[in-house]
Amino acid sequence: MSNEGVIYRISGPVVTATGMRAAMYDVVRVGDEGLMGEVIELHGDKAVIQVYEDTSGIRPGEPVLNTQETLSVSLGPGLLTQIYDGIQRPLPTLEKEMGVFITRGVDADAFDLEKIWTFDPQVTVGDELVGGQVIGHVQETETIIHKIMVPPTVSGTVKSIESGDFNVTQTVCVLEDGTEMQMMQKWPVRTPRPFQQKYAPDTPLVTGMRILDFLFPLAKGGAAGIPGPFGSGKTVTQQSLAKYSDAQLVVYIGCGERGNEMTEVLDEFPHLIDPNTGKPLMERTVMIANTSNMPVAAREASVYTGITIAEYFRDMGYDVALMADSTSRWAEAMREISSRLEEMPGEEGYPAYLSSRIAEFYERAGRVETLNGDDGSVTVIGAVSPPGGDISEPVSQGTLRIVKVFWGLDAGLARQRHFPAINWLNSYSLYPQSLDQWFRDNISQDFPEVRTQISGLLQIEAELQEIVQLVGSDALPTDQQLTLEVARMIREFFLQQNGFHEVDAYCDIHLQYKMAKAILSFQDAAKSAMANGAQLDDVVNVPSRSDLMRGRFEKGYVDVIESMVDTMTAEIADTVEEN
Amino acid sequence: MTGKEYRTITDVKGPLVFLNKTEPVAFGEIVTLRLTNGTIKNGQVLDTSDDMVIVQVFEGTAKIDRDAGVTFMGDVFKLPVSTDLIGRILDGAGRPRDGGPEIVADQKADIIGAAINPYSRQSPHDFIQTGISAIDLCTTLVRGQKLPIFSASGLPHNDIALQIARQAKLKGSDEDFIVVFCAMGITAEEYNFFRSDLERTGALESAVLFVNLADDPAVERIITPRLALTAAEYLAFEKDKHVLVIYTDMTNYCDALRQIGAAREEVPGRRGYPGYMYTDLAMLYERAGIVKGKKGSITQFPILTMPGDDITHPIPDLSGYITEGQIVISRELHQQGIYPPINVLPSLSRLMGSCIGEKTTREDHKSVSDQMYAGYAQGRELRGLVAIVGEDALNERDKQLLTFSGVFEDKFLRQTRDEDRTIEETLDLCWELMSSIDTKYLVRLDQKWIDKYHPDNKA
Repeated sequence: MSNEGVIYRISGPVVTATGMRAAMYDVVRVGDEGLMGEVIELHGDKAVIQVYEDTSGIRPGEPVLNTQETLSVSLGPGLLTQIYDGIQRPLPTLEKEMGVFITRGVDADAFDLEKIWTFDPQVTVGDELVGGQVIGHVQETETIIHKIMVPPTVSGTVKSIESGDFNVTQTVCVLEDGTEMQMMQKWPVRTPRPFQQKYAPDTPLVTGMRILDFLFPLAKGGAAGIPGPFGSGKTVTQQSLAKYSDAQLVVYIGCGERGNEMTEVLDEFPHLIDPNTGKPLMERTVMIANTSNMPVAAREASVYTGITIAEYFRDMGYDVALMADSTSRWAEAMREISSRLEEMPGEEGYPAYLSSRIAEFYERAGRVETLNGDDGSVTVIGAVSPPGGDISEPVSQGTLRIVKVFWGLDAGLARQRHFPAINWLNSYSLYPQSLDQWFRDNISQDFPEVRTQISGLLQIEAELQEIVQLVGSDALPTDQQLTLEVARMIREFFLQQNGFHEVDAYCDIHLQYKMAKAILSFQDAAKSAMANGAQLDDVVNVPSRSDLMRGRFEKGYVDVIESMVDTMTAEIADTVEEN
Repeated sequence: MTGKEYRTITDVKGPLVFLNKTEPVAFGEIVTLRLTNGTIKNGQVLDTSDDMVIVQVFEGTAKIDRDAGVTFMGDVFKLPVSTDLIGRILDGAGRPRDGGPEIVADQKADIIGAAINPYSRQSPHDFIQTGISAIDLCTTLVRGQKLPIFSASGLPHNDIALQIARQAKLKGSDEDFIVVFCAMGITAEEYNFFRSDLERTGALESAVLFVNLADDPAVERIITPRLALTAAEYLAFEKDKHVLVIYTDMTNYCDALRQIGAAREEVPGRRGYPGYMYTDLAMLYERAGIVKGKKGSITQFPILTMPGDDITHPIPDLSGYITEGQIVISRELHQQGIYPPINVLPSLSRLMGSCIGEKTTREDHKSVSDQMYAGYAQGRELRGLVAIVGEDALNERDKQLLTFSGVFEDKFLRQTRDEDRTIEETLDLCWELMSSIDTKYLVRLDQKWIDKYHPDNKA
C-alpha cells in the first residue's frame, strides 16, 4: 500500500479513506484542496480521519495523502506574542491569505521562518550534550530569553557551534555524529515532553486576586478547575489570571468560545502592563483562538497545541501558566467526533474515554526538574462550562477528580454583582499545607492563621444567615450581629474585587494580608468597645471605616492602610465615651 | 453542473432519504427530488460514500417512494443575493413569498458561511439606544452584539423585539438599521403581527423577511436562519449596511435539529438534542459582529422561548454560553401588568462595559446602573423576608429598599409600547427614583456623581 488513498465516505468533519497505508494519529491531506486531517481510527484498509477544516463540497474518490507525521507544533523563537488557531496557524497570516473569513486549504508557517535572531551560544566545541540542554540564548522579547535546547531525543558531542544572526531553519550547531540542530524544533502535540522528575509544588502562583491568593491559593505547577454557569465570570477570571498572575509566560487557549471575547483580549493585551515586570503583557503571551464556529476537530487539537507550547517553555526553566477556556467545549468536540465514529457512548453521550483524556491533559501540569536540571513549571487553569450550572455532569466531575483547586463560580453571586463570583463556601484548595511555609517566610509568620480566621468567620456567617432568614437580623444577640457585620466587610471589602478597575484589579499579596488584618482589627476593636458599652450601630458607622474600605480604589493604599486602621480603632474606642 | 437523475432510493426515514448511487456526490451538495406525481422537492447531502448517500429533504418526505428521481446539483446550497433583497419577503428556503419576481443575483453566496477570523474582528463599542430603559441602563446593547431574548410561551417577547427594531438607533445618529427578520416555525398569526407592525412603521421597505411558518416543513427551518444570515452578511460586509437580525423562535429551530438527529439515529445529548447543538448554534450566533475594514455590522436578536420557563433547558443554556448576554422576560412581572416585563436580575450584556460612559452615554451610567441593580436586587430579596416576618421587623434601610423595589418596577421598568426614552431621560429618571433612598445607603454611587446629579443637589 502507498501513502496515497482515496476518499470513501464523508460525514461532517469525519472522512474515511481507503487504500492508504496509515498509522494512528498520522497527519493526512484530504481531497483536492489538501485539507489537513488526522487519522483517528483504522478498520481493515479503511482509515477514519478527523478533518480540521470544513468538508462541504468534498467528494468520494478525491485523493488522500499521508504525510506520515503526527500532529506536531513548531517550537522556536517567534512563538511569543503570536495568536494561533487550534492547529498552530497564525491568524494574522490567515487573514493575509484569505481575508476576514476563514476559508480552507491554506497552510501557514507557525512563525516567520526568515526572521533573523541573534543566537548567543552557551556551549563550546567538544562539550557533551544531552537532550534538553541549552545550547544558546535568543533575546526574543524584552523580558524573555528564548533558550535554544537540544531536542529531547538527541545527544552527542559538539563539533561546531555558531554565534550571531540566523533564521530559525539555519543550522547553529553540529554534533560529531553529523546531527545538525536549528533554532526551530518540532514536537508531536499528543506526547508530553519528557523531564527528569516531578517535584511537589511549594510556591504559590500569585494572581493578585484576593479570594484566590488568600483563601484558595494555587501552586505553581498545580492544576485548577473553574466551573460555572454562563454569565458567572469564567472568562473574566481567566483573563485576570492571564493578565496578573506572576507566571513568566502565559499560554491562553480560547477553545470553542466567543469570537468577540478573543478580539477583546487581542485589543487589550498589547496595551496592558505586566505588574510583575513593567513590560507589555503581550510579550510573555502566546494565544490560541479556536472560536466556537471554527472547525470542531481543530478545537479538539487546540488544547494539545497549547500545552505542548507551555511544556516547551517550561523546559527552558520558566514558570508557565496555561489557561484553557473552556475545557467543556473541548470535551464537546470529543463527543461530536466520537458520535460521528458511532462509538458506544458513556455518560450524556460523551465518549467513555472522556475522563482519562481530561486526566491526561491536567497531568501535563506540574513543577519539574527539566532534562537540563533546571526547575520549571506548567500551571493549568481550566474553565468548565457545565450545562445549567450543574456540576454533576461528566466534564466537571472528570475535572474535579484530578485538580487540586476548585474555584466554584456561582450564578447567585454573579446576580448580586459580587465579583469575582467565586463561592467561598464550596470552593477549595488542597495546596495550603504545602504553601504555608512560603507564606510564612515571604508574607507574614501568622499568614495561615489569619486565613483560618477569615474563612472561619465566613462559615459562621453562613450558619447565622440561615437563622436570619427565619427571624430577621434584629433578633440576634449583638455579638452575632457584629459577626455578621464583620463577615459583610470580608465579602464587600475583601472578597469583592473589580477586575476592570485600574487599581483594584490587581492586589499585591502583602496588601491582601494587610487588608485581612484590618478586618480582624475592626472586629477586635468593635468587640472591646461593645464590651465597654458601645452601641453596635455607632461602632459600625464610624466614618473612618468607610474611608478604609473605599481606600482600596486609590493608588498607594498599601502605604496608608495601617494608619487608616489606627484611625478607625481610635474612633471605635471613642464610641464608648459617647454613651 | 446538473448530473443525471438517479432512481436508486433504498430507504426513506423521517426527513431523510437513503440512496445507492454511482457517481461521487459532494458532502453538502444540493439535491432535487422529482416525485412520481411531478412534485419537486429539495434536499441536501448529509453523508456521502461510495455505497450510499443520505439526503435531508427540506420539504418533508411525504409521497416520496422508491421511484422518485434524485438529481445532484453539483453545488452546495447558495443564496442569490443583491440589494434587491431589501423590501422582499421570502419563504424558509429563500423563494419569493410575496408574489414578486425571483431575486436577480449580484452574487451567489454559500449559506453555511465561513467563520470570521477572530484576529480580523473589531471590538463592538457603539452604543445602541433602544429607548427601553431596562435594556439601555442594565443590559446595554452594542452594535455587533448578539443578545438573545429568553422568553416563554405567552409573554410579550414579540412586542419587545418589534419595539427594539423600531426604536433602535445609534445615539446622536439617524442612521437606521436594516432589519433581517427570520421566522422559524411561528404561527401565521404571529407572522402577521410582525409584518403588519413593520408595514405600519414603514420598516418593511428596508427589511428582508425569511418566513418559515408552523405548518411549513420543519426541516426547512435548518436552513432558514442560514439564509437570513447570508443575506445579512452580504448587506453588512458588501454593502456597508448596519443590519439587525431578529430570529424567532430558536426553540423551533433546535427542535428541527433534534428531529433530524433522531432520524439519523445519532447518539442524543441532553433531552434528546444532538451533541453538536452547541457548535451548530455557534455557527449562527457567531455570524454577528464587525470586521476590520468593513463599514457594516451585524447585530443579532434571537428570540427563544424557554420550555417550562426553565433557563437551564439545553436551548437557553447553550445559547447563553455563546451569546453576549441575555434579556430575560419574567412571567411574574407580566402578570403584574408591567410592560416590558424584563427581569434585570438574570439579564446581562457582556459588552456593556465597552460602550457606556462619558464619551458614549453619560459619565454616571455605570455607577447608576450598579446602584439601581443592587437596590432592586436587595429589595426583591427582602420581599421574601417580609412574607415571613412582616414589614415591621425591617430596619430603616431595608424598608426603603423594599419600597424602592416596587417603584423600580412601576416607574422604571414600566413604559408604553411606543415610549422611546433617551438614555439621558432614563438616567435622570433613575436619579429621581433613587432619591427616595437615603443617600448614605447608596453605597455604589460615586460621591462625585451624587454631588452632580442627585435631585437634592441639582436644584
